[in-house]
Amino acid sequence: MLSHNRPLSPHLQVYRLALTTVLSGLHRITGLALSAGSLLLVAWLVAAARGPEAYATTLRYYSSIPVQLVLAGALIAFWYHLFNGLRHMAWDAGFGFDRAAARRSGMAVAVLAAVASIFTLALAWRFFAAAP
Amino acid sequence: MNSRNATGAAIDPPHPDATGHWRNQRLTAIALVPLGLWFLMALLSLPDLGYATVSSWIARPSQAVLLLLFAWCALLHSAQGVQVVVEDYVGGRLHIPTARILKVAHLAAALAVAYAIWILASGRAG
Repeated sequence: MLSHNRPLSPHLQVYRLALTTVLSGLHRITGLALSAGSLLLVAWLVAAARGPEAYATTLRYYSSIPVQLVLAGALIAFWYHLFNGLRHMAWDAGFGFDRAAARRSGMAVAVLAAVASIFTLALAWRFFAAAP
Repeated sequence: MNSRNATGAAIDPPHPDATGHWRNQRLTAIALVPLGLWFLMALLSLPDLGYATVSSWIARPSQAVLLLLFAWCALLHSAQGVQVVVEDYVGGRLHIPTARILKVAHLAAALAVAYAIWILASGRAG
């Protein structure tokens, strides 16, 4: 099915970075971050299924600063990937292809993701603050 | 099937169901917009993240079903996205093992989630 001499991408060094390039790369990076973050969701549910003690241990681990930073990062990645995903759906439907429109929708995605992240991080703060 | 590119070199045949991959990635993306928003809002509206609160939340049938749908759509979408990234960046003899390991990991995660939600929803936890 797959041979070993396929070309790899991207050849970043041959392009001048534009806003749209960075945003496009961010879609993949946030997607991968969410894939990694889904492991935390799986482990959290499995811990709950194993019972109160296992759950308490997992929750303590999730309350540590490094994991809280990862969770905050996952929340930001969630919003960016969601808004930029909607932008991709618009492209799939044939809208917003010209350069100015792509730049404008890219800016909108960045602003919306930032606002939604700040808002939900503030809402999630009580979980963070309640951490033992 | 043996395709050739412009220089006459043999290239790989297309994947037999590449359109299916494209379509499924978009279907899960569309489903994940409401499901992802529901999950985040449901999580943020819990009074706390203690065992009693979380287990009784998932024990509600409607919430268990939505959570399973969200997790499965997310994991399928993740598996497909990760596959594309592996196709782009992991070359050589590492390609196939990397792709397989990540696929199996996603499948294992999907089974673990289903098992955990089943235990919690049927009141067998603990």
